[in-house]
Amino acid sequence: MNTSKLLKAKHQRLILLVIALVVLTGAGLLAAWALRSQASYFYVPSDIQADPPEIGVAVRLGGIVEKGSLQTAPDGVTIDFVVEDGKARTPVRFSGITPALFVEGSGVVAEGRLADGGVFIADNLLAKHDEKYVPREMADMTKARDAMAQTQ
Amino acid sequence: MIAEIGLACLWMAGALALLQLVTGALALTSKGVGLAGIVRPVAVAQGLLCGLAFVCLIALFLRTDLSVKLIATNSHSLKPFIYKLAGTWGNHEGSMLLWVTVMALAGAFIALVERRLRNDTMLATLAGQAFVSIGFYAFLLLSSNPFERLAVPPPEGNGLNPLLQDIGLAFHPPTLYLGYVGLSIAFSFAIGALVTSDVGPAFARAMRPWVLGAWLFLTIGITAGSYWAYYELGWGGWWFWDPVENASLMPWLAATALIHSSSVLATRNALRAWTVMLAVVAFSMSMIGTFLVRSGILTSVHAFAVDPERGSFILALLAIYIGGALVLFAIRARTITEGARFALTSRESALVVNNVMLSAILGIVLLGTLYPLLTEAFGEKVSVGPPYFDPVGAIFFIPMLLVMAVGPLLHWRNDRLGRITGKIAIPALLIGAVLLGLALFAPSLFTPSFKLLPFIGMGLAVGLAVASVMPLIGRNLRRTPLPTWGMVVAHLGIAVSLFGVATDSAFATEKLVASRIGESHTVGPWSITLKNVEPVAGPNWTSLEATMAASYDGGTATTIHPQARNYTSPPTVTSESALLTRWNGQLYAVLGEEADDGRWQLRLWWKPFVPMIWYGGLLIGLGGLLSLIGRVARDMKRSRAEEKIADRRERQGR
Repeated sequence: MNTSKLLKAKHQRLILLVIALVVLTGAGLLAAWALRSQASYFYVPSDIQADPPEIGVAVRLGGIVEKGSLQTAPDGVTIDFVVEDGKARTPVRFSGITPALFVEGSGVVAEGRLADGGVFIADNLLAKHDEKYVPREMADMTKARDAMAQTQ
Repeated sequence: MIAEIGLACLWMAGALALLQLVTGALALTSKGVGLAGIVRPVAVAQGLLCGLAFVCLIALFLRTDLSVKLIATNSHSLKPFIYKLAGTWGNHEGSMLLWVTVMALAGAFIALVERRLRNDTMLATLAGQAFVSIGFYAFLLLSSNPFERLAVPPPEGNGLNPLLQDIGLAFHPPTLYLGYVGLSIAFSFAIGALVTSDVGPAFARAMRPWVLGAWLFLTIGITAGSYWAYYELGWGGWWFWDPVENASLMPWLAATALIHSSSVLATRNALRAWTVMLAVVAFSMSMIGTFLVRSGILTSVHAFAVDPERGSFILALLAIYIGGALVLFAIRARTITEGARFALTSRESALVVNNVMLSAILGIVLLGTLYPLLTEAFGEKVSVGPPYFDPVGAIFFIPMLLVMAVGPLLHWRNDRLGRITGKIAIPALLIGAVLLGLALFAPSLFTPSFKLLPFIGMGLAVGLAVASVMPLIGRNLRRTPLPTWGMVVAHLGIAVSLFGVATDSAFATEKLVASRIGESHTVGPWSITLKNVEPVAGPNWTSLEATMAASYDGGTATTIHPQARNYTSPPTVTSESALLTRWNGQLYAVLGEEADDGRWQLRLWWKPFVPMIWYGGLLIGLGGLLSLIGRVARDMKRSRAEEKIADRRERQGR
């Protein structure tokens, strides 16, 4: 057996350690860079009014579905509604089957992107599953709604 | 009465765990050697008592004893039997008790049967195991007592979340728990080996069945969870990179790496420090998973109760165990001597690549999962999804798959690539042929945008499937050891899953329509007619049920029934999708709401080869099972032979 090909005893551990460290550091740096560019940020309508996200970049929008704003398009599966947070309003369009607890006056988190003309195109809607299982951002939303009810 | 017995058993088991830690640690010193004899019996007694406590809780749930707070809040007298049983662990307290029970029983089991390790290493292992369980006993007894009574029992219980009332899900959590706990045993072995600086093949052989078992259960748990999300949520997806899913994936990745590195340690006595480190990391991932899921820091159906106190408790345990283990590692790493050497082209090197790549993927998943929590601490809410995980993970996954195709063909210690060129050439050519075929005949892959990852994935899957059975070529199949079969089957399972994932993301077609009764729609090769929608009722739900006729490529129609269900306690709506499985894919139909003009919303998918994702998962699990059986059988044979030798020596008076 040709033993010269075996890594030198003294160096083997060092070489393995260096390889592992280089790859893992690389993975970490890559992850950090990708997270900064790929994470989707959470907005409420007043954020969008103040400093809108770039058109087409994936973000999430949370707020209350405005009463009386829900309209179904003629195709029967596309809906338009307005999300508000008491200070600003954002129109939203969604094609699909809405979650069961999606109703006017209740909280919603929409995943999607802002399109030209200020309409938010939602790919997915998250509404409350039930009393116990509420999307995290929505815990704050109930507070917002209470505050709104009191000011009106 | 049952509740009090259960609580008493739990307290006694906790006390015995403390005794096990103290005696185990003292027995390692020169003065306390006399205590060594009682450590094993104490571990066995602890296991039995904890088991008894869990049996008490099951009995309470089956009788729906509403004077116990846990049952009043989580169960209901009208629930079907199986969900009463599953309700035992379908809540925070019960699931933590299940965790401790499995851990205690596993500790009792190693105390009874494990004889290969040096005596002092074994004592340190059992002490380490007690150290881990004490934290969980404290957690249960101080902040999550499952046996707490109510002064005034309510007339009826609250019920179980209907999303969880599903046969697959009844057994999903305990499966994952068995996986998590198996890794805690591996952790105990690592602690034991570190304390006595006895890191060698015997340690790897003793630990390996536990890692294999843990990995097997994690694989099955993840596969089942993914299928559940697929058909129960009605979104047509099977993996969402949800933090809770990641919480089960991370220990799996670490365990996968640990299986491979412990096989290097067992066979070749190399990668010693690395294997110990991985055992610590694997258990850390289980703890982080438990923390993420149980602390309420994330919101999902898995977060039973949002309770900061519990979150802090688990976080403290996490810090103690992992911090302690890392400090121990830092102190002891120098005493672990250099392992055996190997060449650049060797089985060991391939496994090192596997380990490093898996660790990198683990790091990527971990960072992506924790990043939203980090940014939230700074007041910025973000979510991280497929646009991050898919491409960044693939950068490390693809090289790992390539090495996985080659590694099993290489010899240990030192090999030449030239020796196996012939065997590598076939899968390599196949990959090329598949990619070329797709480029020429599957234009949908390139419009509207080029689907790069599915494209590569399909090629790799076919090549890998062939490469994974190559190690069997030229062998006598009857005499091929079971662990080798296990490896081949598990690797084949990876290829099968990858094929399902890639074809689904490349070729799935979706249709969303508002349909009148009697109207027909096409999706992919299917033609689907909505016949009618009627109300139906089940034991604890009512539902709207659609009747649809689905025919494939003009063939005879099959009737399917997607439902939109309303549960009464607690009130919840779930969608029960209808699935129609063929050999080449699955039709997936969801019923939505009725529009004002009497049309019904329908969402239809044709998903080519999608079931292969879960068939592959089952194959991976089967591979783990074959290896486990093979290893355990070999260990038993060896220990019997050793007993015989020892016996003979004794009789010969030597």
